[in-house]
Amino acid sequence: MDVIVCIKQVPSTNEVRINPETNTIIREGVEAIINPFDMYALEEGLRVRDRMGGKVTVLSMGIPSVAELLREAISLGADEAILLSDKAFAGSDTLATSYALSMGIRKIGKYDLIICGKQATDGDTAQVGPSLAEKLGIPHTTYVRKIEAMEEGYIRCQRLTDDGYEVVEMILPALITVVKEINEPRLPSLKGMMRSKKAVITTWNAEDINANKDLCGLKGSPTQVIKTFTPVHDIKSEIIEGTPAEQAKKLADKLLSLKF
Amino acid sequence: MASIKIITEKCTGCKLCIRACPYGAIEVENRKAKILDNCTLCGACVESCKFEAILVEKDEIINDNAKDLDSARYSGVWVVGEQKNGIPAGVVFELLGEGRKLADKLEVKLSVVLLGNNIEDSAPTMIYHGADTVYLVDDPSLEHYNDEVYADILSNLVMAYKPEIVLLGATTYGRSLAPRVASRLNIGLTADCTGLEIDMKSRNLLQTRPAFGGNLMATIICPNRRPQMATVRPKVMKPLERDTSRKGEIIKPEIRIPGNTRVKVKDVITTLTEAVSLTEADIIISGGRGLCDPKNFALVEELARVLKGAVGASRAVVDAGWIDYSHQVGQTGKTVRPKIYIACGISGAIQHLAGMSSSDIIIAINKDPNAPIFKVAKYGIVGDVLEVLPALIKEFKERLGG
Repeated sequence: MDVIVCIKQVPSTNEVRINPETNTIIREGVEAIINPFDMYALEEGLRVRDRMGGKVTVLSMGIPSVAELLREAISLGADEAILLSDKAFAGSDTLATSYALSMGIRKIGKYDLIICGKQATDGDTAQVGPSLAEKLGIPHTTYVRKIEAMEEGYIRCQRLTDDGYEVVEMILPALITVVKEINEPRLPSLKGMMRSKKAVITTWNAEDINANKDLCGLKGSPTQVIKTFTPVHDIKSEIIEGTPAEQAKKLADKLLSLKF
Repeated sequence: MASIKIITEKCTGCKLCIRACPYGAIEVENRKAKILDNCTLCGACVESCKFEAILVEKDEIINDNAKDLDSARYSGVWVVGEQKNGIPAGVVFELLGEGRKLADKLEVKLSVVLLGNNIEDSAPTMIYHGADTVYLVDDPSLEHYNDEVYADILSNLVMAYKPEIVLLGATTYGRSLAPRVASRLNIGLTADCTGLEIDMKSRNLLQTRPAFGGNLMATIICPNRRPQMATVRPKVMKPLERDTSRKGEIIKPEIRIPGNTRVKVKDVITTLTEAVSLTEADIIISGGRGLCDPKNFALVEELARVLKGAVGASRAVVDAGWIDYSHQVGQTGKTVRPKIYIACGISGAIQHLAGMSSSDIIIAINKDPNAPIFKVAKYGIVGDVLEVLPALIKEFKERLGG
């Protein structure tokens, strides 16, 4: 089973700070990490390979320094890493991103399963997975919490829903996006770390993947951000004093007066 | 124009493409493949052909500026009427309320697309809650939500009727269906909107959404393509009062339902024990490590029962195995926006706040007066959650008669 895992670089959100004057994100000094959900995607890809053979290719689109994160993926056990990097990709929205990724995947050629994280922690859109599957003309299932069975040309998985789960079967090749519940990611091995130091990270630009530049980056993005602002939290906190029984009574007074 | 053709010199009549076609749109006649009218140009056959005998040329919709866009051809506001077992999702009524406002401002019709099996009864309900038109596709094969089938039907309806705005709930299904359709139609899509407005000059939809776990709000437009598509967070928009005197039209479009799909939903299991799901709940009681012991989580569940709310949890206690992941609130769990959120023994790490800080009223119960949760709380109780929770349960039981 050949698996492609798509990963995205995100800022480690612990440190997200907003410049209150310009309302922009202060990116300086913010550590870049692999999107946390993509770590579960990578782990699931590695488990599929360990169980069934084949290889795991990690794919990302981003600035040249993303190569370091791809190296991290190799230290965890990925076989190959490919970075799509080109000025033409800058400013991509989810449609342009999935177009570029789909062209990269077409160049990779053979694959059985594509795994993405449920969503990225910076944009929180959860759109690239399904959008990419459509661009490749393959089926997809989101929020997968378990792969129940897999064989040549077939996958059965459990998808988390708002009130339970579903069992979904698909014909491979297919794409899944995974939630945290699916596994517990491994730590890098010493061998993996040694290998990652020497590993070659393949970098492809727009021409390498035959991408139509009109469909990439800002030009290929139908959505435009026209304004960003920080939400106002004008909360006047009130601390309720007293014994637990008194506190409970006061809080009940306040909540019941709201007639929720 | 997009097109598909078979290069007959190369075709060997091997039938691999028939197996690959999700829509049953290929036949082999006289040992040559033949494309039928129901082909959607998805390209699945191209990949399957070992002889490079199939060529698909897709339209690449490129609109660099607004003058290319004949936006007048697109008219009306659409809401996708998500349902499960014939019961419309709560967010559909909220979308109808918001959609009504947008449609009135644009002076166009508000329509609902209802896909499912035995859902005819829901159609008048949609009209009572604000819709002018209901597009009803009722078919046994639509019993369960299916990404491939639903995306196909919705895309075809959008292409046929050309609405200018399409709204979906930002639910599990909506967040899967919308990007698939937007990708097929090469249109813009904005996720998880919390605010929608119309710029009358351009008729553009101003879509406001949180990013970076709610630390930043962004307003997004999609000026050069139609329709404009957005998913909207549940519990943000206001539904209209049910008004049975409202009149509307129910249309059953002639639509081809794909038969031979690559996705099959085998089983739909409801594990939710409470009456309401986290994302739809008006009241959420969440527990964290301050409860000290998994058995104390029963207190959180008890209060949730008394207040008819849903149970949430911090990442720490989910990781510790106290409660199922489906209850986790926060960045790697669910984003919620109830009217009342009661955080019990949760310190309020930024990842947790990202999932609940936009709740209307937050109540924090924690031993540590410096815990970050108090910064977002309207009401705070500094104390031992194991003493405060039983007192709250007792108090509410007496007053609500639970």
